[in-house]
Amino acid sequence: MNIFDIMGPVMVGPSSSHTAGAVKIGYISRKLLGEQPVSAKLNLYGSFLTTGKGHGTRKALVAGLLGMKTDDIRIPDAIDIAKEQGMKLEWGEAILKDAHPNTAQLYLTGASGRTLEVIGQSLGGSRINIAEIDGIDTNFSGDYPTLVVHNQDQPGHVSEVTSMLAHKGVNIATMQLYRASRGGEAVMVIECDQEIPQEGIDWLKKVEGVNKVTYLSL
Amino acid sequence: MYHSIKDILDICEREKIEFWQVVQQADVQERGVSSEESFETMRQMYEAMKRADAEYRSDLRSASGLVGGDGEKLHIYNASGCNICGDFVAEVMEKAVKMGESNACMRRIVAAPTAGSCGVIPAVFLTAQEKMGYTDDKMAEALYISAGVGAVIAENASIAGAAGGCQAEIGSASAMAAAGFTWLQGGSAEMAAHASAMALKNMLGLACDPVCGLVEIPCVKRNVSGAVNAVTSSQMALAGIKSAIPVDEVIDAMRRIGNEMPLSLRETAQGGLATTKTAKEIALNI
Repeated sequence: MNIFDIMGPVMVGPSSSHTAGAVKIGYISRKLLGEQPVSAKLNLYGSFLTTGKGHGTRKALVAGLLGMKTDDIRIPDAIDIAKEQGMKLEWGEAILKDAHPNTAQLYLTGASGRTLEVIGQSLGGSRINIAEIDGIDTNFSGDYPTLVVHNQDQPGHVSEVTSMLAHKGVNIATMQLYRASRGGEAVMVIECDQEIPQEGIDWLKKVEGVNKVTYLSL
Repeated sequence: MYHSIKDILDICEREKIEFWQVVQQADVQERGVSSEESFETMRQMYEAMKRADAEYRSDLRSASGLVGGDGEKLHIYNASGCNICGDFVAEVMEKAVKMGESNACMRRIVAAPTAGSCGVIPAVFLTAQEKMGYTDDKMAEALYISAGVGAVIAENASIAGAAGGCQAEIGSASAMAAAGFTWLQGGSAEMAAHASAMALKNMLGLACDPVCGLVEIPCVKRNVSGAVNAVTSSQMALAGIKSAIPVDEVIDAMRRIGNEMPLSLRETAQGGLATTKTAKEIALNI
């Protein structure tokens, strides 16, 4: 446990879950996209949808997408700032089954055309969980440098990735594997203790059978 | 590493170090930072509390329009010379309301341990520094003690209203503030533990029933009760009064009470104050 999650964080109010957690979901999603989104569709669920207005949840999510952190005093003005910067915003209700009460579903498009779908949950005390990326279940906090690899479900991909990390001196903190179906699309989510050098990420993108590489650098 | 307040007291005894150093050493180990880096981060937290207090604006109102301006009313009343609580407690009350209002108005605060309870620790600590002249380093050391108590509560019970009700937020903040303040005032590590036990006992069972689900009513004013409760608990501990129930058992009781609390009283706005006639009328106007 990080004691500065107890004595902290420094944040713009009013709610650690509905404001600070929402900023984090936006911020991590932007990092996962790897660039500022030019358009974003944000669907809200549960308590995010019903009490979000009074908590500034929408402003907070957009602030995160703009790259603001939880203590940025511009958070209350985030929607106006997004407008100025030409970020197109669309809001809706997320239709999800038995989701966490504080959930946001984000569809992002970057200037380069790269797209990303993220489902983020705010767990309380500003801690979050990224529960889904591009339709496949995940489970990570965004507190560590995190590598997300979409690949074909074939033998050898896990070892290619872990060998690269070993070669770069990166220690794995946690590792999760998921697949949509046998031989279909698979995803590995690896939380690391160190940042992964860019050349490692670039190399991975060229590996046969790897469909998409998303890296969350802190 | 520690997992209980008893663990912390045992490490103090065994290694002949202070309560705050036990918490700092664990942070150094957990995050892989130097003790200087850890200390600097804690100093920044204190600095952020000071700034948030100084930047209070009485003209702001919350998103619902329900909260704002009460800190200024207390300030004027206290300055009038007719306050009935004495200088110290009067200042604690004023700072607690101001911080709670700043939070509701989307100003920058330090979640300690949560945004809803952000007024408790700064109200006690900033007043203590103003009145007794403690250095910033001394304040940061005391914050470690509060953080250690909070970490133990988070591990063994909860600091989230949705999980444990308001006792987990304002109650935890009050216990954290009481421990740090007791040590600041020259109390031993054991006295700090007793102060936090007494503070938390007084808050057991407190429901989280905010009007419209917003961190406004009754949250802002509960920061006052949490802060004042911390001061009175510290005074009892400093006088040598002990909590008959050890603090770790009080924390365990808080966890069990939270588990037995109905969902309607855990930050869902479906019970208690949130479903009063007036609260329902307020909801219609938001």
